[in-house]
Amino acid sequence: MVEIPESLLRRSAEAKAKALGVPVEQVLAEMKGEGPPVDVPESEAVAEETPVVEVEDHVDEPEVEVSPAEESAPAEESPAAMVAEVPEIQDTAVATVVEDEPPTSDADSNGSEGGNGKVAGLVSPRPTVPPTGTPEGVRTQRLLTVVKARAIQNVKAEPIDKVNTWPHLMLIEFGALLAITGLLVIMAVIIHSPLLDPANFNATPNPSKAPWYFLGLQELLSYFDPQIAGVMVPTFTGMIGFMMVPYLDRNPSTRPSDRKFAIVAFSFFIAGSATLTIIGVLFRGKGFNWSYPWKDGIFFDDLKDWVHFE
Amino acid sequence: MTDTKPGISDKIKETNEKLWKSQVVESILRPGSPFKSGYSDSPRNRSYVVMNNVLYHLHPVKIKRHGVKLSYTLCLGGLSFFLFILLTITGIFLMFYYTPTAELAYADTAALSTDVAFGSLVRNMHRWGAHLMVLSVFLHMSRVFYHGAYKPPREFNWIVGVVLLLLTLLLSFSGYLLPWDQLALWAVTVGSNMAGFVPVIGAQVKFGLLAGVEVSSATLLRFYVLHVLAFPFIIVIFMAVHFWRVRKDGGISGPL
Repeated sequence: MVEIPESLLRRSAEAKAKALGVPVEQVLAEMKGEGPPVDVPESEAVAEETPVVEVEDHVDEPEVEVSPAEESAPAEESPAAMVAEVPEIQDTAVATVVEDEPPTSDADSNGSEGGNGKVAGLVSPRPTVPPTGTPEGVRTQRLLTVVKARAIQNVKAEPIDKVNTWPHLMLIEFGALLAITGLLVIMAVIIHSPLLDPANFNATPNPSKAPWYFLGLQELLSYFDPQIAGVMVPTFTGMIGFMMVPYLDRNPSTRPSDRKFAIVAFSFFIAGSATLTIIGVLFRGKGFNWSYPWKDGIFFDDLKDWVHFE
Repeated sequence: MTDTKPGISDKIKETNEKLWKSQVVESILRPGSPFKSGYSDSPRNRSYVVMNNVLYHLHPVKIKRHGVKLSYTLCLGGLSFFLFILLTITGIFLMFYYTPTAELAYADTAALSTDVAFGSLVRNMHRWGAHLMVLSVFLHMSRVFYHGAYKPPREFNWIVGVVLLLLTLLLSFSGYLLPWDQLALWAVTVGSNMAGFVPVIGAQVKFGLLAGVEVSSATLLRFYVLHVLAFPFIIVIFMAVHFWRVRKDGGISGPL
């Protein structure tokens, strides 16, 4: 038998207790098989011995997955999403929730919240033909239980605090777009791109430097064997290492206080590569030997005569 | 005045109304477009603004409230994308004036600074924009790391992001050679020498990259095609996957 969640059991026990007029604890004990059967007052409509919980037994937690409201138009608050289908019961007694269409539920999370708390009712849709073997005069339809909509919906996703993309996000993005364009135009007006002498294979400049984002690597090359600095480091830390980060970091938390090692390690990486790059740009002179920019000048052509106010 | 004849302004108004109700305009604007019915602020119209525009449609209609805080993302991913667009626009402009041959490349680049209208401005924007893009992609990656935003379910998108960083570096590096001056020639020589240190196939990798044993006119053509066509083509595909996965993995990551 399927394990019935405590909350569902309790709710149906409450419903039955209310219907029969007996204490909830008594019904609950009976459902769990711990207590004696509940005395059913004769006036009640429940004729057969079928436990009222029967319906619940068959409910395999139909999940209405409330997805983030990505595309759904605000007007599309489908009522179907508020009513979930009770799976069919093989027994003669059928309880089903009146439904318009299958709950495909792509509805707005706010929308599906709205209809909860109401009682979803249940009458058999096919009472006219009595099942074979049913004696004359025995009713084949009856109230099994009263189920709150919430009980069978079992909405798992919590509603998320959301705002409209327009205007909240788009205005910020537009501002950022204008800011970066402005910055770039101002940079382009006052800082000129370098253009040195035409390429000449016979005149090797001293020093020869790579673009700044590779200067950290070039700096490493002056300490280590090329096999290590030029190949191992970029391949294994730069490419494979970075790609493996999500699989190496098994810590599920995103709180900074839980991720001290990861944060310190990454900060070391940034500090290290920044240091190497700055050394490569500013502190390397002729023959890629150590030099001080304030004494020997800057040997980096991207920064040579770079500001023009015209 | 009891003149009942319609004035010129009335006619303009009438024509304008007819135009906006014509089948042509009707077919261009999607149903519910604010341009058709006029924009009044309502949750419905706010949604339509996003849904009825192909570019805005990159975004969901609604996003998490903490996600719009500028201090959370610093807009770095969006700025990287926008810089890519600026670089595409300025790059197309530069392509009109540039010939990827050893004889003409340097002269064409020099002419951009002297002869071509706005040539200097556009070339400078292209160059500094490229440096800014390398920077912003790197900062974006750092931001994502510090927020732990690569954790499940976003592991794969982190990998796509690393590929995008590498492609950004390759784009920048391949563009570095194009001015064909001393700076370009020797920076690329130094850079491609590093590729020669790859074990076993180092010489082949270097040969493939340079289209020869050393930088030459063939290298210039190779870098040019990689720079203006091959790498942008590949990076656009990876960007599409990246943006798509951001949506599919549940938008940007939660607050710390």
